[in-house]
Amino acid sequence: MTQPLVRPKRKNPLARTQLPLTPPGVRSRTAHGLTAAAAEGRFALQVCLDCNTVIYPPRDACPSCLSARLPFRDVDREGVLIAETIVHTSTEPYFRERTPWRVGTVKLDAGPMVVAHLHGDAAEGARVRLELKLDKSGAAVALALPERDTESMADDPHLREMTCDPKFRRVLITDGRTPVGQAMAKAFSDAGASIVFTGIADPWKPFPGLDSLRKIERVEIVPLDVTDTESVTEQAEQNGARIDIVVNTAEHVRAGGVVHRRGLTIAREEMDVRYLGLLRLAQAFGPILRFRGADGVNSAVAFVNLLSVHALMNWPAYGSYSATEAACLSAAQCMRAELRPGGVKVLNVFFGPLETEWFQTVPPPKVAPETLANAVVRALRQGLEDVFVGDVAEDIRQRLAINPKALEREMAG
Amino acid sequence: MRSGATRRSYDGVVACLPVTIPYRRYSTNSAHWWIGRALHEITKRARLRPQDIDGFAVSSFTVGPDTAVGLTQHYGLSPRWLDHIPFGGASGIVALRRAARAVQAGDAEIVACVAGDTNHVESFRKTLSTFSRFAQDAVYPYGAGGANASFALITKNYMNTYGAKREDFAKLCIAQRDNALSIPHAMMKKELTIDEYMSARPIADPIHLFDCVMPCAGAEALLVCGEDTAKSLDQAGVRILSTVERHNAFPTDPMQVRGGWALDVDELWSMAGLTSRDVDFVQTYDDYPVISMMQLEDLGFCAKGEGPDFVRSHTLTNDGTFPHNTSGGQLSVGQAGAAGGFLGLVEAMRQLTSQPLGSQVPDADVCLVSGFGMINYDRGLSSCAAILARAV
Repeated sequence: MTQPLVRPKRKNPLARTQLPLTPPGVRSRTAHGLTAAAAEGRFALQVCLDCNTVIYPPRDACPSCLSARLPFRDVDREGVLIAETIVHTSTEPYFRERTPWRVGTVKLDAGPMVVAHLHGDAAEGARVRLELKLDKSGAAVALALPERDTESMADDPHLREMTCDPKFRRVLITDGRTPVGQAMAKAFSDAGASIVFTGIADPWKPFPGLDSLRKIERVEIVPLDVTDTESVTEQAEQNGARIDIVVNTAEHVRAGGVVHRRGLTIAREEMDVRYLGLLRLAQAFGPILRFRGADGVNSAVAFVNLLSVHALMNWPAYGSYSATEAACLSAAQCMRAELRPGGVKVLNVFFGPLETEWFQTVPPPKVAPETLANAVVRALRQGLEDVFVGDVAEDIRQRLAINPKALEREMAG
Repeated sequence: MRSGATRRSYDGVVACLPVTIPYRRYSTNSAHWWIGRALHEITKRARLRPQDIDGFAVSSFTVGPDTAVGLTQHYGLSPRWLDHIPFGGASGIVALRRAARAVQAGDAEIVACVAGDTNHVESFRKTLSTFSRFAQDAVYPYGAGGANASFALITKNYMNTYGAKREDFAKLCIAQRDNALSIPHAMMKKELTIDEYMSARPIADPIHLFDCVMPCAGAEALLVCGEDTAKSLDQAGVRILSTVERHNAFPTDPMQVRGGWALDVDELWSMAGLTSRDVDFVQTYDDYPVISMMQLEDLGFCAKGEGPDFVRSHTLTNDGTFPHNTSGGQLSVGQAGAAGGFLGLVEAMRQLTSQPLGSQVPDADVCLVSGFGMINYDRGLSSCAAILARAV
């Protein structure tokens, strides 16, 4: 059984910080089909469209019939752990400082044999469930979990190396004024975060929800204004070395298209809060996060972007807003590349219209702030990179995969 | 699928001039240097000029970016028959059987088969991380234990399935170490005791230190030519009675408990006109003892799963009832990359021509040599074997 994690002690300020290393991240282009599945928490392997053979490792021709029609499809993830070994000697520095490290061979019921990392509760000879996880290099690896959930299983060191579990970690919610920011603070407190720093700009200005926000356990309200470079830098200097997860809840939602809306004032504000705000946070907190990627049980693990799903396809009713979100998405992709050497993940959470005042006129389905917050915590616990929350977000994801041009026309209404 | 047609013999062709360039743990020289030393040794001993070698087969992991073609210019060869055989542990026998057919067919007259690799301090990690696409995608990211981890899983499964014990593998390793004590360039120079074997540090359970080969630099080589040519060069030849080669056999076995030999063993013995009782010594490919045990089973010395019993009931030293890996094998001499695929073959030639580097096996007239190579993903893909005999 997994030993439950013990709350880490205060860090010795004189101790050297262990520098982050990453496991081997080079993959063939085809193998990144696994990375795509792992980013969303799916278990997908190649399946031959001509003879139905399930294929692993990834190939460019079916070993049963030589077909090249080998799309990645969600397949059954159960199997038997046939043999295990404990690696004591490794040629890679990342594993060298983490040995002994268990790996094993799993015979999947679906057919193929998979060499996998092993959860501590997965036993040789027993049935296991395989998951695809993004390791610290950002590439997909298979991890064998015990057939049924076990107590404290999330605390397993191999598993925790591949997830961003908020338990015992310190979180920064960048804007606590909004319903989403407040729901996020509650969700992270409930998830066992040690401190939930919650940013408030202009603290002298009252706002609804302040009292209940103050009552949430382990919430610490801090001054933070993402439109003010000095404020962001000051906050990073103050608490940056104690922040393991940044969740950017700063939002700026206004209706209106690009032609229809007159003037640039609102567009400039949108960009200032969302795009430039993200850049300010990235520049202030990014380097510390990346430096602290291997800093013990509460190492830095994630930067979370809340993005309108319309970052992926413009919604002309909120056209200028959509364009700003698209800019944030592009910056997030860049951040991923820049934070990867530290093993720090960038989680993009795509949501549909929210149940908040700025989407007042939009018909349902809409996403409740609590739903969004819980989805963020769940995604961090799984170690995902891309999540779609709510029916609208999921609908757009699917239509985008089928026919982006049709979606573009239909978004016009 | 095989047609069942009988295969042509290798009559009239011999292997001669076994060459070993003494191994070193690390080398600042390149693979080109090591292969060059082996070629030089061949030309010197046979009193040939480089241009006289009209066939050249080369095996190496570290000679990149060159292939066999580039090496012809490097060494001043002008061969009319050329082969590049980067098949690891299968390189030696595959080179031998291809060269023999080339000589038989008249495509070449004198074929030099050479394997050599260097070992820089960073060579091993580089070779592991880029060994194959499947290794890169699906093995190396899992602990980066290399072949040790892959063979640990195969060994564990074999022990679980057939009840082999670490003591059984110890017996193979200890006997080989005894055989190696008379080999001057062996990496391992001291006797190995059962206590040392059992208490060695774990590398990847159940693989412990003395189950692993020591990576090193070195080269091995031989000539393949007509019987008459060998005589004119004043070299004692070894006859090739039969050979087999197979890749990716039994792909549906969940884990490797047998190699391609199990598919080809009947043909191997029938082509030679012999049975397993007729050989005087055996050279298995021994990158890990479990694979030697599988070869004893798959090549017909005992049934599947009886390897441990077979090992328990024989003495495996050069003076024993079943002389095995007579120079100590890679486990004691070291693994000089692809040269490891030549080691058993070159040593067998020495025994069969009474010019051993170490101790001579008494009445060594017929030998089985086998090769095994290339852990592409979860198992070794290439298997091969040859039965060789002293020339009459």
